[in-house]
Amino acid sequence: MTTEVGSVSEVKKDSSQLGTDATKEKPKEVAENQQNQSSDPEEEKGSQPPPAAESQSSLRRQKREKETSESRGISRFIPPWLKKQKSYTLVVAKDGGDKKEPTQAVVEEQVLDKEEPLPEEQRQAKGDAEEMAQKKQEIKVEVKEEKPSVSKEEKPSVSKVEMQPTELVSKEREEKVKETQEDKLEGGAAKRETKEVQTNELKAEKASQKVTKKTKTVQCKVTLLDGTEYSCDLEKHAKGQVLFDKVCEHLNLLEKDYFGLLFQESPEQKNWLDPAKEIKRQLRNLPWLFTFNVKFYPPDPSQLTEDITRYFLCLQLRQDIASGRLPCSFVTHALLGSYTLQAELGDYDPEEHGSIDLSEFQFAPTQTKELEEKVAELHKTHRGLSPAQADSQFLENAKRLSMYGVDLHHAKDSEGVDIKLGVCANGLLIYKDRLRINRFAWPKILKISYKRSNFYIKVRPAELEQFESTIGFKLPNHRAAKRLWKVCVEHHTFYRLVSPEQPPKAKFLTLGSKFRYSGRTQAQTRQASTLIDRPAPHFERTSSKRVSRSLDGAPIGVMDQSLMKDFPGAAGEISAYGPGLVSIAVVQDGDGRREVRSPTKAPHLQLIEGKKNSLRVEGDNIYVRHSNLMLEELDKAQEDILKHQASISELKRNFMESTPEPRPNEWEKRRITPLSLQTQGTRAPESEGPCTGARDAVKSSHETLNIVEEKKRAEVGKDERVITEEMNGKEISPGSGPGEIRKVEPVTQKDSTSLSSESSSSSSESEEEDVGEYRPHHRVTEGTIREEQEYEEEVEEEPRPAAKVVEREEAVPEASPVTQAGASVITVETVIQENVGAQKIPGEKSVHEGALKQDMGEEAEEEPQKVNGEVSHVDIDVLPQIICCSEPPVVKTEMVTISDASQRTEISTKEVPIVQTETKTITYESPQIDGGAGGDSGTLLTAQTITSESVSTTTTTHITKTVKGGISETRIEKRIVITGDGDIDHDQALAQAIREAREQHPDMSVTRVVVHKETELAEEGED
Amino acid sequence: MGTPGEGLGRCSHALIRGVPESLASGEGAGAGLPALDLAKAQREHGVLGGKLRQRLGLQLLELPPEESLPLGPLLGDTAVIQGDTALITRPWSPARRPEVDGVRKALQDLGLRIVEIGDENATLDGTDVLFTGREFFVGLSKWTNHRGAEIVADTFRDFAVSTVPVSGPSHLRGLCGMGGPRTVVAGSSDAAQKAVRAMAVLTDHPYASLTLPDDAAADCLFLRPG
Repeated sequence: MTTEVGSVSEVKKDSSQLGTDATKEKPKEVAENQQNQSSDPEEEKGSQPPPAAESQSSLRRQKREKETSESRGISRFIPPWLKKQKSYTLVVAKDGGDKKEPTQAVVEEQVLDKEEPLPEEQRQAKGDAEEMAQKKQEIKVEVKEEKPSVSKEEKPSVSKVEMQPTELVSKEREEKVKETQEDKLEGGAAKRETKEVQTNELKAEKASQKVTKKTKTVQCKVTLLDGTEYSCDLEKHAKGQVLFDKVCEHLNLLEKDYFGLLFQESPEQKNWLDPAKEIKRQLRNLPWLFTFNVKFYPPDPSQLTEDITRYFLCLQLRQDIASGRLPCSFVTHALLGSYTLQAELGDYDPEEHGSIDLSEFQFAPTQTKELEEKVAELHKTHRGLSPAQADSQFLENAKRLSMYGVDLHHAKDSEGVDIKLGVCANGLLIYKDRLRINRFAWPKILKISYKRSNFYIKVRPAELEQFESTIGFKLPNHRAAKRLWKVCVEHHTFYRLVSPEQPPKAKFLTLGSKFRYSGRTQAQTRQASTLIDRPAPHFERTSSKRVSRSLDGAPIGVMDQSLMKDFPGAAGEISAYGPGLVSIAVVQDGDGRREVRSPTKAPHLQLIEGKKNSLRVEGDNIYVRHSNLMLEELDKAQEDILKHQASISELKRNFMESTPEPRPNEWEKRRITPLSLQTQGTRAPESEGPCTGARDAVKSSHETLNIVEEKKRAEVGKDERVITEEMNGKEISPGSGPGEIRKVEPVTQKDSTSLSSESSSSSSESEEEDVGEYRPHHRVTEGTIREEQEYEEEVEEEPRPAAKVVEREEAVPEASPVTQAGASVITVETVIQENVGAQKIPGEKSVHEGALKQDMGEEAEEEPQKVNGEVSHVDIDVLPQIICCSEPPVVKTEMVTISDASQRTEISTKEVPIVQTETKTITYESPQIDGGAGGDSGTLLTAQTITSESVSTTTTTHITKTVKGGISETRIEKRIVITGDGDIDHDQALAQAIREAREQHPDMSVTRVVVHKETELAEEGED
Repeated sequence: MGTPGEGLGRCSHALIRGVPESLASGEGAGAGLPALDLAKAQREHGVLGGKLRQRLGLQLLELPPEESLPLGPLLGDTAVIQGDTALITRPWSPARRPEVDGVRKALQDLGLRIVEIGDENATLDGTDVLFTGREFFVGLSKWTNHRGAEIVADTFRDFAVSTVPVSGPSHLRGLCGMGGPRTVVAGSSDAAQKAVRAMAVLTDHPYASLTLPDDAAADCLFLRPG
């Protein structure tokens, strides 16, 4: 304890010392930070047994020594956390108020609270002068001081535990002095391999040696979701992953990334076993007892590939419900209970089930007779559902519960009021009692940190605010804070990132520990599960052994899925000609659809029928094949979206007291096109193998693009009746005559746009250019977590425009209105663009596309005139416009170009031979875009086009992501076509669109808005 | 069915209560209402009933006006109904609490599950509760307190129940309402916009929002008969 004081002063001294050195040191520090962070996980557990800390510190030291072999005097011994602090000040200064910003007071606190720094710090304190002396001495010092520091943490129980190990430690210490390497390795082994890089390789061998030396086994017991226990013997130093894999193997579970193992740290605290670390280190002296649980609740369980996975999820949810963790109303309890019965007992049979005592089941935390009766009553209505279907229904209902997948943590707010923090797929929810009082979506959160028992989030400024704010919560203890923090990191990574964060390179991270989620993200696990290639596994549902296995064993979804896998060629085949069909379908806006649709479907039917037969082929296939990278949210939302859009348009209709014409084409198209999407989705992974990272993603998106391209070609080639082909909402080609010519152009352009990110990968990028333009950038210095988070966000938060159609045939929707006399079409294209990245903001893609766009814009203006030989008046106004953004500090001024091009066109269709079109285009765009000098190569991550339609609106969203170096850029183009009879209020529609765009992507900026109005005057046909 | 996510559902019945003469007297105006043209109010009320019955085809239940309950016609404050569950409120104004009796009886007769507020510390005006089809928002206003909101959460457990601070003399639903599924209609007053912003932060579900020039217009109902 007494040393504490000394150490603090030391620290201060050092920090000032460092300060002088700081500037020079900075790069190195940054590097070291990562090292430190990466060495952190071992410390994760809070007060850890000295051995761990020891090996850590020595390891760290070694590394540092290596790194700073130029030897920069004392600075190399400066505790890492201190350095981290320093770099915070240096860099984070930009970053805004950081929780960890090193005020002296904080430094002191940190001494107390961070385990990681402790050893170092102590060493620093004691041995500053002796620093260069043998490690042995230092280590001793360290060990001595470990205890006080632990007790400081007010963890009496822990410190008791500590006492024992100390002896061991001293032994180990000896060993260590001799074999520093080995010990180092021990630390290293527990680490994530990725972090280790160089050092690890060397030690790897020794590691194994050491492991073999101590081949003791320990028995572990794992309580499974069905209540049974699984036990196995594990090598003493086995990592969590080993056990987890064994359990999953035992369960025959392939989609295992949603699950995890919990161990009970204290009566009220359970911790997730970190697969990347040694079990022993995590458990310390706890018994090797675990429970197998769902860790990440899939937002849409129907997208899971296998029924067995859904089954385990059901089991978990039944537990959650029975325990009250997942609150339900009476009716929902009854409904879910009835599905449980259906799954476990099969169809209601009055003879058998009349006598079953339902009180043996637990449907609710407190179960009443009334509930049981209701359950039984509802059970009767589920006749015919297979267990798998009953499970699916169960999940469909359960997933909508407001607390589904919400991991609650008790805390107090800054005023000491009891609240709960709920971590979920979308972010962090704050509850007081049962009431939600606040919510922080992941994109809103800039940083998560913890210190002692405090947990902090730094959030983006709200709409009208200027500054980022940091919100602190008080957790019951340090370990609870750390646990919450880890859960947040994991949830964020799992749900929002494409791939787990790599150890940061040149940038640094400000999170308090180096812990990162190392498993697969949801995107990855979905990718991986598309590769699952096995017949549906047989499994027994707990309560009922007599459920007909035929139902159970051949669950439709899984079967289809495996069928798909059985015909690897099949998917490809479909994609090869499917698109063609689709485009035909799309193109023939008349009557052709119907026939066309069946051909498109046919391949599937054949496929499946070839293998077995299922009546629900279509639906299930869709789910299976939807398991495409990052499409889940879209799919999930889509149903609602459609409903929503339909209802909105309904509403509008009511308002306008007019009925928009039905637009069967689009509906048809929506039905048809998903096939191509799905095809793409499955095909890519199949040919590429499991997608485990950006590289794969890139590849698959290339695939997609290619397919799209093909499709388009096919369309162009085959169809001459396309009335308007619109390029990114910019251009409406006027008539059939000119249309053909123009059609070709747009198409190629379209391709180039959609591929621009690709092509831009070879063009160089100038970085200065857009610097001022994109708000997120300067604060994005935080690191990759942030980046990816942002760039993933649009996919996820894209709910409204989201829909099945992933295609570039958007042009067609515009075509159909043409056939309707007097319809007016407004196309609002909103390009939302986001660049993420520290210094290099511009993102080649935006630049590129910006330029492209402009060209196209010009074309749009020019061409009609040329073609029609008619002079339309073109007004170009340049107005400054202030676009308010989610982050007020940067207010962007945009140029607004309003061009009004009217053109008349003859269009011939079957139904409506001659239509006159009046086109008005308003373009708002930010001037910054156009300086599109090439940049260096970027990589296209994904490109998607999503179209959703309802009766009177069509929304097309094109999402392109590029990654270049550490910068990722996402660009969303959204085109909204509003069709209606009456006059449409442009401004309102535009404002609405912009607002929506902004709301949906608070982190992004709107860089371009194009309004295009088309009025058809049917009678005026002139040819 | 009380299954979540079914949205706003469909309505089969409408319950209204006649306008008593006392509404025009001082007591009725006590809620900050401007002087009232009683005859007009009664006329309008009649029209409302007609619309509900004839235009929407709802089964109209009408409670008789009671002179002792000047604000009786404001039935929205007396119950929160979702699915087959009706939460009988505990209005902030003690004078209004007897209003719930008649309503309770009527709802019971419809076969709804009745939930009462037993907590004496809770106050809840039904018009502070906005159900969007996917979740509840409870305005913490002059009329409704945290405890009242908590009871809403306790009653409708399937749904997220979020609290929205409401400034000014209005109820939450005096500022905004549902104009359709997933469409929030709000007035343009500061209070209304603030409430809508707060709701946007709290929700997991995106809503379209429609801003109307005045708050009174936003106090609307979206009904689908069926």
